Amino acid sequence: MIARYALRLGALGYLALLLLVPVGLVFYRTFEHGFHPAWAAVTNPQAQHALWMTLIIAGIAVPLNTLFGVVLAIALVRHRFPGRGLVNAIVDLPLALSPVVVGLALYLLYGTGGWLNTLSQHGIKILFSLTGMTLATIFISLPFVVREVVPVLREVGTDQEQAAETLGAAAFTTFRRITLPAIRWAVGYGVVLTTARAIGEFGAVSVVSGRIEGKTETLPLYVQSQFEGFNTTGAFAASVLLALIALITVLGMRLFRPTEEA
Amino acid sequence: MRRISVTFLPLAFLAAVIVVGAHAAGAKTTLSLVAYSTPKDAYAKIVPTFESTPAGKDVALTQSYGASGDQARAVAAGLSADIVALSLEPDVTTLVKKGLVPSNWDKNRYHGIVTDSVVVFVVRDGNPKSIHTWADLTKNGIQVVTPNPFTSGGARWNVMAAYGAQRAQGKSDKQAIDYLKKLFKNVPVLPKSAREATQVFASGKGDVLLTYENEAIYANKKGVHTEYLVPKQTILIQNPVALTKSGLKHSEAKAFLKFLWSSKAQKLYGDTGYRPVLKSVAKSPKYNYKTPKSLFTIDSKSLGLRGWKSVQYRFFDHNNGVMVKVIGH
Amino acid sequence: MVSGRAGGALARGIAVCYLSLIVLVPLAALIWSSRANGMHTFWAEVTKPEASAALKLTLGAALLVATFNAITGTAIAWVLVRDSFPGKAAVNAVIDLPFALPTIVAGLVLLELYGPNGPFGVNVAFQRTGLVLALLFVTLPFVVRAVQPVLLELDRDMEEAAESLGAGRMATFRRIVFPNLLPAILSGVALAFARAVGEFGAVVLISGNVPFKTEVSSVYIAGQIESDNPAGAAAVSVVLLLISLGVLLLIGAFRHWRTRHDR
Repeated sequence: MIARYALRLGALGYLALLLLVPVGLVFYRTFEHGFHPAWAAVTNPQAQHALWMTLIIAGIAVPLNTLFGVVLAIALVRHRFPGRGLVNAIVDLPLALSPVVVGLALYLLYGTGGWLNTLSQHGIKILFSLTGMTLATIFISLPFVVREVVPVLREVGTDQEQAAETLGAAAFTTFRRITLPAIRWAVGYGVVLTTARAIGEFGAVSVVSGRIEGKTETLPLYVQSQFEGFNTTGAFAASVLLALIALITVLGMRLFRPTEEA
Repeated sequence: MRRISVTFLPLAFLAAVIVVGAHAAGAKTTLSLVAYSTPKDAYAKIVPTFESTPAGKDVALTQSYGASGDQARAVAAGLSADIVALSLEPDVTTLVKKGLVPSNWDKNRYHGIVTDSVVVFVVRDGNPKSIHTWADLTKNGIQVVTPNPFTSGGARWNVMAAYGAQRAQGKSDKQAIDYLKKLFKNVPVLPKSAREATQVFASGKGDVLLTYENEAIYANKKGVHTEYLVPKQTILIQNPVALTKSGLKHSEAKAFLKFLWSSKAQKLYGDTGYRPVLKSVAKSPKYNYKTPKSLFTIDSKSLGLRGWKSVQYRFFDHNNGVMVKVIGH
Repeated sequence: MVSGRAGGALARGIAVCYLSLIVLVPLAALIWSSRANGMHTFWAEVTKPEASAALKLTLGAALLVATFNAITGTAIAWVLVRDSFPGKAAVNAVIDLPFALPTIVAGLVLLELYGPNGPFGVNVAFQRTGLVLALLFVTLPFVVRAVQPVLLELDRDMEEAAESLGAGRMATFRRIVFPNLLPAILSGVALAFARAVGEFGAVVLISGNVPFKTEVSSVYIAGQIESDNPAGAAAVSVVLLLISLGVLLLIGAFRHWRTRHDR
């Protein structure tokens, strides 16, 4: 019995020191000087714009990765096509890449001397703009929907789908009424993971953003610039905002995958 | 239900983006200022002041701050810039070489220099470790904070101040470089910009910070418990500003540049800790900073400093520079 | 039916194009740039003392952290599945926080807590300990979440049989439970390792980024970009990617071998 208490104490102690105390500190430091300075720090134009940028980028990256994620998952599980193994590996690649490397790759592709640099010469700005930051975010948040949907599709099997086809249903109807309901929890969980990753992205975006205040700053980048400028209240206030979004995301994860505790 | 929200969401956001974008594209001319890390405070006041003058009425200036070398690199890679305000001349030269800044950018009364400063020692309140001279920095157990010279402009000023100070005390070139090696043995962290170095020092790391005088003043203003002292021998920091070729196309950009040398702007620089270059403002007692006993510049030939062009290559070349050997111990 | 199949093929085609544009083409540009100045420049960049020091530190720290997580992650998963105490649901939810929290916020907070201004009098900032701490934070969820479902599904019959035959709890764990958990633990370890190798935001504030001492490859790469040496940055990135892919394949192969062995 001592073993059980020791294990419980050890595990919870580790979690408290590593997780709970740091997050608690974010809230403490934010409101250390009162509510008003913290509120002012997140309602000034630069902070507001940073929040807006973060939400816009996530608002583009998440639906795209969800849509293409589902299509890719179906393709990987239900169809045999040449290069299937390669596609599978590429989907997982963003998980093995440092975000800085992702930013670098985009920088090399779209920057001066890059293969697609002609775009900027024709007025289409990729780097140092919303477009580049969105591309980076899409890259790093790509795998999650696919990875969640693939095992579920495998497990569910094709019986019902085949039955529907024999009964004369068109492919899209089969998808809409049989496949989609079967994978919806997996898709939901994947969407939550993708959103969390997209909102929290820092490394890749910091390489391609150009740090233009009020234009190419996301909320995580704003946290850094405030911290560097000695506006610790501002840095922590923005952090609290991000921490709250993170907590909501975490609750969303419990909602779509509630069966992980006995 | 989820299917509907999945299709609705991107459309909603797209609509929002279009609305925001249309709103932003008003009648104003947008200019971009790309600057190094420390003058953020100064430009936060100068830009709105300019925008309230008749010349700046219809101008909206976006700003970006970061390590000087890094910002130059970003502009070379495509970051829009109409005005570049960098820490030192070589970073502007990089842009001239890439065809982004005209080669006559420094052909004015002030040679393109808009502010001055000096390299100072920042220590904890009360100077508990009694740091006063360059020799004190190489003592055993003293930790010196300075940024990475390959990314930060401030770091390069620090290195040349250290080198020049040795030469000013009569040491030879070899002895001065040996001093640099000893100095960097006492450097535990290499933040990438001057502002980040101040941040690291303020968060408790190190015994002395080498930085611009204006940055030391900024830290004190922000309530950091430090004081600064000007060493007997130090270098005159000269910060350039230039119009890029795209900036040249806008008369408003030219007006902004001119404004930076007006007494209003120079006073604002002075208020944020810089040494103004405009003589009439520099003379006023409010901005009359002490001149160190042995103040030299990057062009002090007698001390082996033959201007940035040769210094940049000799000390800071990525492959063969002196600093590569000094840091890579 | 035919149009359905064609429509499906079209959708697949577009999806693969999406994948290529977003992932493949930038990566190809990366690999291309790394070799742009020739292979000997590639090797020169990779074998530069600062670069190889960063690489060694990165891999070493990631292995350390992944191994540590294998133990603590399994322990936490065990407590969450087999134990019960008030507030367990909240603790279970909070495990995902390091994944959802932006890395820069994590770094900021760890610096404030365990750095020079920390309230505990503990100062591990600008040292390897600080680096490891930041990595432990961001890799926390992976092993826990990989092990939990397996532990849940585990049939307790064998454990009970072993205990009724007189086996001690450690022996039961070692010979019955652990082999069943191993594939899941290895999955979690692989994810934790991959994350630790590439981590940037959490590490960049607390580690001090001192070359040869606390500079990891991701920070080194960022520094090379900022020093206008993107080819060098690309070369090190390619090596980093190959090594982490190699380790992942190794772990995956080992896992596959174990699972086949057990069946």
